[in-house]
Amino acid sequence: MHNTRLVEELKEIAGAANVLTADEDLLAYGFDGTWYESKPLAVVLPLTTAEVSALHKLATRERMAITPRAMGSGLSGGAVPLEGSLVLGVMRMNRILEISEADGVAVVQPGVVNADLQRAVEARGLFYPPDPASLKQSAIGGNVAENAGGARCLKYGVTGDYVMALEVVLPNGDVLRTGGRTLKNVTGYNLRALFTGSEGTLGTITEITLRLLPKPKFVRTATAAFDSIERAAQTVSAVMASGLLPTSIELLDRITMRCVEDNIAAGLPVDADALLLFAVDGNQEAIVAGELEAIASLAREHGATSTCVAASEAESEALWSARRAISPSLARVRPHKLGEDVAVPRSQIVAMIRAVREIAARYGLTMPIFGHAGDGNLHPNILCDRRDPEEMARVKLAAREIFEAAIALGGTLSGEHGIGLLKKQFLELDLGPEAIAIMHKLKDAIDPLGIMNPGKIFPNPGGPDAFRL
Amino acid sequence: MRFAFEPECADHRSEGFIEASSPCGRSGRPPPTFRELKGWTLRRAERREAMLTDAELKGFTGADIPPEDVYNRCVRCGLCLPTCPTYLETLVETSSPRGRIALIKAVGEGRLAANSPGFVHQMHECLDCRACEAVCPSGVMYGQILEPARTQIERTAGSRRPLGQQAIRAFALDVLFGDFTALRFAATLLRFYQRSGLQRLVRASGLLRLIDLHRLEAQAPPISSRFFIPHNQRRRAAAPQPKATAFVHAGCVMHVAFADVDEATVRVLNRAGCDVVVPEGQGCCGAISIHAGDLDRGRALAKANIRAFERSDADVYIINAAGCGSTLKEYGHIFAGDSDWAQRAADFSSKVRDLTEFLDTIGIPLNLARLDAVVVYQDPCHLVNAQRIAAAPRRLLAKIPGLTLREIEEATICCGSAGIYNLTMPEMADRLKRRKIENVLAANPDVIATANPGCALQLAAGLRDAGRNVPVKHVVELLDDAYSAAG
Ligand SMILES: Cc1cc2nc3c(=O)[nH]c(=O)nc-3n(C[C@H](O)[C@H](O)[C@H](O)COP(=O)(O)OP(=O)(O)OC[C@H]3O[C@@H](n4cnc5c(N)ncnc54)[C@H](O)[C@@H]3O)c2cc1C
Ligand code: SF4
Ligand code: SF4
Repeated sequence: MHNTRLVEELKEIAGAANVLTADEDLLAYGFDGTWYESKPLAVVLPLTTAEVSALHKLATRERMAITPRAMGSGLSGGAVPLEGSLVLGVMRMNRILEISEADGVAVVQPGVVNADLQRAVEARGLFYPPDPASLKQSAIGGNVAENAGGARCLKYGVTGDYVMALEVVLPNGDVLRTGGRTLKNVTGYNLRALFTGSEGTLGTITEITLRLLPKPKFVRTATAAFDSIERAAQTVSAVMASGLLPTSIELLDRITMRCVEDNIAAGLPVDADALLLFAVDGNQEAIVAGELEAIASLAREHGATSTCVAASEAESEALWSARRAISPSLARVRPHKLGEDVAVPRSQIVAMIRAVREIAARYGLTMPIFGHAGDGNLHPNILCDRRDPEEMARVKLAAREIFEAAIALGGTLSGEHGIGLLKKQFLELDLGPEAIAIMHKLKDAIDPLGIMNPGKIFPNPGGPDAFRL
Repeated sequence: MRFAFEPECADHRSEGFIEASSPCGRSGRPPPTFRELKGWTLRRAERREAMLTDAELKGFTGADIPPEDVYNRCVRCGLCLPTCPTYLETLVETSSPRGRIALIKAVGEGRLAANSPGFVHQMHECLDCRACEAVCPSGVMYGQILEPARTQIERTAGSRRPLGQQAIRAFALDVLFGDFTALRFAATLLRFYQRSGLQRLVRASGLLRLIDLHRLEAQAPPISSRFFIPHNQRRRAAAPQPKATAFVHAGCVMHVAFADVDEATVRVLNRAGCDVVVPEGQGCCGAISIHAGDLDRGRALAKANIRAFERSDADVYIINAAGCGSTLKEYGHIFAGDSDWAQRAADFSSKVRDLTEFLDTIGIPLNLARLDAVVVYQDPCHLVNAQRIAAAPRRLLAKIPGLTLREIEEATICCGSAGIYNLTMPEMADRLKRRKIENVLAANPDVIATANPGCALQLAAGLRDAGRNVPVKHVVELLDDAYSAAG
């Protein structure tokens, strides 16, 4: 970092041990779960809200950009510090401040890892439902900033449905506390909803109060294999129409299964065209088992070639680990992958899958499809080699067509990964100019200097034509 | 012969692996806070200045370059972060597997110098515990890029170490672990030092601290009263029809510091129905050199072992030290591309089995005496991560009647032993040691079982620091004890 005085000030605020400026550190903090890379100005790892506030004040004075960063598993480039940004890493703010059975809430700092929180509350018979597949490698701060979803969303909703209160350090260093510990709260505008999913562009989240539920006593898993993905999609509709509400319905297509199977030999039915993974939870074992059986027979009625109910906790955990291993397994086939995150209304899942397969065929690309079939959030991935410019030109066009297809079907660009850098050029397709104009005004009102995570969400001029990979 | 002065810690070694006891224990310290990380970073800055005077050479050069198809497999998903001991201690991305892979890639692509201080630091702060490799869903074989990266560093930066460090390193790698005879000679001296009262005298004098040798000294294992010397001895199976002929690798630390474990290994293999041979001409497996970035020496040592074992009609080659075992199993890999040796090395590796793995496969007799004790099995990284063996030792222990196995938190997080890590990264090693001991003691065990000498030493040292007296034993010793007690 060129400015030694600034580094000294950072060290005064956060302590020398919490300021990193070596080349190697700047390299390591230059990326997230995508392939985007940049180089920050410096990295600060504050421990308290007061330090975060002081850092914001310094940034305001110096007109220095700040990129908040949690565990860096983001899939839209949100934590990539565009040139010259100060990375404000929150992973050392990692304390669970309170778990209250009486109020059914947990109060945590942003660097608490999702899986650690789940474990801590479950030890008390409580339950924090949002479970992104990245639960072991993402932190609550990142989850809130991306409004992360997970397999259990179908029944329980996304991160935002559990955010009851937030402490946010605003760009100028002021500390905002919004929301409370009451389940109902309609006093004034819902600011916690505004900051949830704001991708670090409005402030740094320093404390989160989360809603907890009682932990369901039983969770059971079943699978159904199909020789056509359409039949799998019809089964999803039939299950949802039957009055049952499974915890999750996950979909894996043939290519996805093969990638996972080559990787971890999970025993998936690779000959099938698609696999559905169902989970049902509840407090009475017989009811849970009965519901799962009902789902299995619905699947068979709709042409499942085989169904299987996991016999044990271990068997069901093996299935869910296979589900969580999908994303990285795809990278074994080709050097790179572009993971999409479109969501469409449930009734349009079949149409969306058809569209993706058609696009893949037309551009000669391999595109495994998996995702949260129950809520219409699909992850078509485009496997590619970034070093091949001709292929990347096709990837770019195909990605664009996938976005356009999702929007044409009444869906959206991103169900859970956020816009970040990856999808910003398509924002207008989805939102329209009025919504974007309001968002700009909100951003200007809260962050008039534009120092918070610049370059994210809002498109550069040129729209989809200026889309770069 | 007994000496007038009893060694300070004689009771540590009453029998079996090692036993820690309180008399010389220091009181436990509270876990470090992040503020205390300061020292570490400052020292890094000092190192940085010391090394920046050298011209920076971007990229890797010559032989043993970390293969790009290995590091390019990393998709930066971050799943390895929560498994990495140094990440958990620092919460710094640079100290994580994903960060280190990014650095190796940056050097590989010529964006960073192989002797840049942060890179050198990270390659050494890494424990080579391979926890990241075991969980990586993309199949990044991290060990395959770390070891050549260290070798590259040694070639460019090795000669710039302070002279004292160079001397210790050369002594350890070239002399001690170079061949068994020298090691035994040194061990004999050390035994004299430990038992004659000289140790107490020297420790009290603070002499070692003066010349900065106290860590090395404190880390030296208590030497066995007799050594287990490989000289082609053959021990017949208990059964008339042997199930297999097992050639045993005695291990370099094992055969001088844990001779009892080697002896127990032979007895238990015999009971399990195997003829056992301990071939002459074997030597250090090369792990210490390879992990320290001296692949050439590692290969030379590997050749000696391949020669000593391959002439035999053995069905398996047995090793009771997890760290050595993982290296012996990877000989095929370190000779990849060497047309003379690749096949021989691969054949050798294909016959290597960890003792617990092998006993679990062939089955053991069940005439085991009762042991009413709570046992914590501590997974050596090079067994659980590098060789993916976790269930076998537990299944063996569970066969002892009365024994209760208790699992601990963070079972796969390294204890900080990691070869010569204790000497090269003392502060991190201490923090990991404390972390492990806390987790182990939380389970309140009567005995701690493990399967690697480094882990045993580290645990014993940690227990001593915590003032706790819990015996640490190799799995095979517990089995051996249970057989002898049953008669
Ligand atoms: C294998 C894999 C599977 C995944 N599965 C899912 C899934 O099932 N569902 C899902 O929703 N996502 C998933 N993701 C994406 C990712 O894990 C989530 O977006 C997660 O919420 C990011 O958390 P993080 O801690 O890694 O945040 P980061 O990547 O560090 O940051 C994400 C964004 O949040 C901002 N941010 C971080 N901390 C703060 C803070 N304290 N204040 C303000 N802004 C902040 C950053 O600026 C950035 O814009 C997956 C990712 C991977 C690699
Ligand atoms: S788990 Fe594997 S792919 Fe994921 S970040 Fe770690 S090394 Fe890379
Ligand atoms: S080998 Fe161990 S210490 Fe090194 S990066 Fe992997 S998990 Fe971390």
